[in-house]
Amino acid sequence: MCGIVGLYLKDRRMEREMGGLFATMLVCMTDRGPDSAGFAVYGNEPPEGWLKVTVRYSGGGYDWDALSGRLGRRFSCEARLQVNANYAVIAVPAAAAELRRALAELAPGLAVMSIGRSIEIFKEIGAPASIVERFAVRKLRGTHIIGHTRMATESAVTTDGSHPFSTGMDLCLVHNGSLSNHNRLRARLQRGGIEIRTENDSEVAAGYLMWRLQQGNTLAEALHAALGDLDGFYTFAIGTAGGFAVLRDPIACKPAVLAETGQYVAMASEFQALAALPGIDSARVWEPKPAQVYTWDRAE
Amino acid sequence: MTRAAAAATAATVFDLAAGTLRELNQRLHDLTPETARVPWRILHPRGAHAVAAGVDAAVCIAIEGHVGYYCAGMNQHAEITIHGMAGVGVAENMMSGLVRVQGSASQCAGATGHGGLLVIEGDASSRCGISMKGIDIVVHGSVGHMSCFMGQAGALVVCGDADDGLGDSLYEAEVYVRGRAHGLGADCEEQPMEAAHRERLGELLERAAVPGARAARFRRYGSTRRLYHFHVDHADQY
Repeated sequence: MCGIVGLYLKDRRMEREMGGLFATMLVCMTDRGPDSAGFAVYGNEPPEGWLKVTVRYSGGGYDWDALSGRLGRRFSCEARLQVNANYAVIAVPAAAAELRRALAELAPGLAVMSIGRSIEIFKEIGAPASIVERFAVRKLRGTHIIGHTRMATESAVTTDGSHPFSTGMDLCLVHNGSLSNHNRLRARLQRGGIEIRTENDSEVAAGYLMWRLQQGNTLAEALHAALGDLDGFYTFAIGTAGGFAVLRDPIACKPAVLAETGQYVAMASEFQALAALPGIDSARVWEPKPAQVYTWDRAE
Repeated sequence: MTRAAAAATAATVFDLAAGTLRELNQRLHDLTPETARVPWRILHPRGAHAVAAGVDAAVCIAIEGHVGYYCAGMNQHAEITIHGMAGVGVAENMMSGLVRVQGSASQCAGATGHGGLLVIEGDASSRCGISMKGIDIVVHGSVGHMSCFMGQAGALVVCGDADDGLGDSLYEAEVYVRGRAHGLGADCEEQPMEAAHRERLGELLERAAVPGARAARFRRYGSTRRLYHFHVDHADQY
């Protein structure tokens, strides 16, 4: 199983309500995924030329201020630090590769969850309600957010096996379904230089998209290619800097419902996760077609 | 006061925002021929699953909003109207009665139904009428891929288009499509529309209240009956 939820705001006046609306959606999908939950939230961009990195410490009591200070000295700035439970979001004026190198050197015990101008990824094992509590999701503000509740089938219940998976700068993927050719594809991607950390099938789908994008594909091209190269069942939601995309496999066994009003586009595995959204009674509600790429983007 | 308004005021109202689904379904299961005369209104379904599943009484039920999976499943005798969209498997395994969806329906609408009529006023997604065993299904809009897969009896009427794999491994269910069938499944072929078919189709269109639909504009699809029994020459088609 697994549950997917996504909320993309067209009306920026709703940004304050985003966390509250999203928390309700995520918790509603507990029946579909009680093992772990996570989300990628977009917004709160740093100044031009800066990047945000979201990092996770698996123990307790990390000295985030010290790390922030060291990163600031490395990039000659006052680094911006925001701590959320065992996660921190740090912004500095740096390129992604430099930032990764600096973190590997200064803080080898941390896991990098995402890098980008806008994205922040948080995920942990446990019921969705506990994840909402832990990261104070109801207080979050942003432009869009996608989340996932996991019922593990293909690999162990771990934080690394939880969704979303980062697929590159400001990109992430969540998946409901199971892939049957992930082992061979993982080996192929690893030979092509894509880092894949777990035995999880969805991480392979994320790695596949990352590889396609590195080859110069647009996101839409990469998703069309995925229809041919990924064997199995999937509904994907892909978060991008400006919006999100949805793709279902050609057999379309895994559910998805979309709703659109003048204020937002929302996506969920089941309608009940959308039922509490404002104006849902008059929203256009429909089921995305199989093998069709749907995208919403602020830039378009 | 109009008749509709009189019926509405006389109805038993159950609000799913206040009561539980189990309570609702238990009360519907407890109906007797006498108590079933009072119509029901179900408010705030909010996408809940299995709303009004397993009803076995000639009662009129109006569900005022979108429903989740298996709404009106196993229905026997009841007339159930969904004023919204239906999730997976609406009216699955229906035995008799009438289920009307005023919006669109997700996949497997009317799956394995033995009898009764399912009307979908919007579109139906994939696998509509999969393994149908006597139910009649009328879709005002279009249906998704693999509709009427292994259909054994009953009629699937599609007023719009049908996606790929229509009527795959079909037995004796009848399929009527007014728009375009994008691809027929194994063992499904277009067959001549004869007077008896037109009559049956006309009657279904009337019962389903499809605006402006004329039986003469539909094409009929049925089974070639080549895959009923295993034959090695057809091994590639199974």
